[in-house]
Amino acid sequence: MSILEYNGAAIIAMTGKECVAIASDTRLGAQAQTVSCDFRKVFKIDDKLFVGLAGLATDVTTLENTLKFRRSLYELREERSMTPKVFSNVLSNLLYEKRFGPYFIEPIVAGLDDTNKPFLSGMDLIGAPVYTDDFVVSGTATANMYGMCETLYQKDMEPEELFETISQALLASVDRDALSGWGAEVHIITKEGVTSRQLKGRMD
Amino acid sequence: MGDSAYSFSLTTFSRTGKLLQIEYALNAVANGRTSLGICAKDGVVIATDKKLASILVDTDQVSKVEPITESSGFVYSGVGPDYRVLVRKARKSAQKYFRMYREHEPVSQLVKTTASVMQEYTQSGGVRPFGVSLLVAGVDPDLTPRLYQVDPSGTYIGWKATAIGKNHVNAKNFLEKRYQDDMELEDAVHTALLTLREGFEGEMTSSNIEVGVVSITDGNFRILTPEQIQDYLDEAN
Repeated sequence: MSILEYNGAAIIAMTGKECVAIASDTRLGAQAQTVSCDFRKVFKIDDKLFVGLAGLATDVTTLENTLKFRRSLYELREERSMTPKVFSNVLSNLLYEKRFGPYFIEPIVAGLDDTNKPFLSGMDLIGAPVYTDDFVVSGTATANMYGMCETLYQKDMEPEELFETISQALLASVDRDALSGWGAEVHIITKEGVTSRQLKGRMD
Repeated sequence: MGDSAYSFSLTTFSRTGKLLQIEYALNAVANGRTSLGICAKDGVVIATDKKLASILVDTDQVSKVEPITESSGFVYSGVGPDYRVLVRKARKSAQKYFRMYREHEPVSQLVKTTASVMQEYTQSGGVRPFGVSLLVAGVDPDLTPRLYQVDPSGTYIGWKATAIGKNHVNAKNFLEKRYQDDMELEDAVHTALLTLREGFEGEMTSSNIEVGVVSITDGNFRILTPEQIQDYLDEAN
């Protein structure tokens, strides 16, 4: 059993028309046993910048704190907000610094840049980034999530349709994975603001 | 930075509350060759007097205006070798910044980092302050032109126009009269050359001054060639 699969996670992020969505399950397990069904894995870094952390729970918490710390310092020093592209690079750098003793996290960055253009990136546990304009997935059910996203995704969906699509993709994927599920939450980020919803899914 | 045997600072307060080492460093700056900078609405210009010890010195090899990032540069008055250390550190810091953020370091950040280094040398064991004041010219990512002065103490000040070194009092008076908020870069370069000529000992030519400019149109800091300087000098005459 890989350490990246110890706690279980499923995270998807998708782009729409001038919006991005990021969704995750909320299970925290210790291998087979489920310990919590409201464990947060997606965090708000800024009004239009979210990060999803899939992997070992202790590293999820640590990285959440480290990233918020880095972002606060940047804002104070530079007197401007961190764009998603810069944040993604900071995260990539952070992970690579621990190249020979890494954080067991495969993160996803989702946000809107200064011009409200959607930004997505995903990376592996040592910071190798991938930038896409459709969707990124991470966690223990990636095979399922890739299949669902590839099938359901369309370009330039409005926020409401994007919400439906990402929710269906996530729910169907986690249902076939023992280690993820047990609750889900979705955040839709538009230039007007963020709408966060809890999904009602199978609690098993 | 300082030997462990020298774990005490050499810069200490006098009874009157002064840090004499910093005062003396500022004296070294005031004895240095004049440098000046002007911040126009569409760019920044910095210039310095490059007069050297003898006519036998190969002026091409001497570089006082130095690019630090693509869009910023330094010039100094004071002790040359100290300046070169700061240039090296600033260039490295800018590259480290890019590696971390994949964005070019804004001038304001560069200034803060450099100023912080200069301050360290006033409080660390076994070292002396840098004997230079820097003029930093650059364009920020939001296309604002900026001019800063950084002193041996680590103080940094944003300027519209300023001069440092030997003739700075007269030069600043001259600039105060000539400076206008809506000045364009071309006018600023002319004014800079005129100001430099005011206090120049002997004849000012394109080979005994150095000029650096950065414009908001392309955000590239470049050092003018002697030919380009000559064109400006010809226009001024």
